[in-house]
Amino acid sequence: MRQIIIIGSGPAGFTAAIYAARAGLEPLLIASSVEAGGELMKTTEVENFPGFPEGIQGPDLMTKLQEQAEKFGTEVLLDDVTSVDFSGDIKKVSTGYSGDFEAQAIIFSTGSAYRKLGLDDEERLSGRGVSWCATCDGFFFKKKTIAVIGGGDSAMEEATFLTRFADKVYLIHRKDTLRASKIMQERAFANDKIEFVFNSAVVGISGENTVESLKLENTVTGELSELPVQGLFVAIGNDPRTHLVHGQLDLTTSGTIAVAGRSSKTNIAGVFAAGDVIDDTYRQAATAAASGTVAALDAEHYLAGLAEASAIAELRDAEAEIELIDSLQSTQS
Amino acid sequence: MSNASAVTDASFEADVLNSDETILVDFWAEWCGPCRAVSPILDQIASEHSSKIKIVKLNVDENPQTAAKYQITSIPAMKVYRGGEVVKTIIGAKPKAALESDLAAYLA
Repeated sequence: MRQIIIIGSGPAGFTAAIYAARAGLEPLLIASSVEAGGELMKTTEVENFPGFPEGIQGPDLMTKLQEQAEKFGTEVLLDDVTSVDFSGDIKKVSTGYSGDFEAQAIIFSTGSAYRKLGLDDEERLSGRGVSWCATCDGFFFKKKTIAVIGGGDSAMEEATFLTRFADKVYLIHRKDTLRASKIMQERAFANDKIEFVFNSAVVGISGENTVESLKLENTVTGELSELPVQGLFVAIGNDPRTHLVHGQLDLTTSGTIAVAGRSSKTNIAGVFAAGDVIDDTYRQAATAAASGTVAALDAEHYLAGLAEASAIAELRDAEAEIELIDSLQSTQS
Repeated sequence: MSNASAVTDASFEADVLNSDETILVDFWAEWCGPCRAVSPILDQIASEHSSKIKIVKLNVDENPQTAAKYQITSIPAMKVYRGGEVVKTIIGAKPKAALESDLAAYLA
């Protein structure tokens, strides 16, 4: 049995691993087989992670975090967790190919998954013009007209990035104000290739084999219109990835894992949660890293408590034994 | 690094379309993180089912004609060819079990 298993390999998971490894807990970090590194693997330049004044590429940052975690003794497993059982004192984790693992403590940091539009043709045209990853797929839209949906930082970043390839990028947003940070908004506004389409929701996607046009609904007037585009990048937010722990860990009304106050403590002793899976508000690499730090310190404290309790129990057993010997000796004499 | 051999715009017809074997073409690029993640999984599948399927790679940066011909707009994209025809398309990096299930008909 291990002392600690960390599930998830974004900034929260790897930062938790750095702390846990430095505390000598020899963590196992289960990173996933194809999504290791998490969301930052799909970003380009990260300009707001402290300590990198020149900026750093998202995948490079994740490689560095992994190196730092491994340097202190973290074991990284490129496999997927298929199920967990947190009901007993010993927590059980099953994986796709590497078998089952047990630990005294768990840090759950599975992050979040891209939100889908929920439209009929979204799935059918996914990979055929509908995409969730501008850095992966932007290349295929050279000299094309495309649309990005969303009003947050990731929508601004994707739209700005996509102008490297596309001739024109429509940025479609439900409201007439953006959630994105000022610097990202200004960058998008200043870009000649980006045209904002406010107060509009995408209600349909058309196309035989590839995306040909979008059906837009004006969210104020209800008026419908058709917008011809060859690609659609969806950046409308994320949902916490909690399916592994449904029925085991308490969730909040917004779907994140519930933790006590500013700690990482879930409703089950020994199970700690960190990163985007507990946070749908800030969702930054730096806040996820901080959250991973909290979880590692909470877990370390919990494990120290367990060790102390078992030491006290051993001491009591020893004392009881001595008493027994004493009493036997006194009856003999 | 992948064990799969590379095919190009120039060799695609001979290596893939005119081949007697069942061939999976992995459309990929250097800058695609999910492509790097799926590559070793494809290597494993190829070595475990070498008598059934051959897996090759096509770099979309260097071979735009073939990528355009097969309307690739998202990578990794994996297409299975038999007798010159596409018989199966898989888009996006997936865990090994999911890929094996998608490819079940060609691995048995």
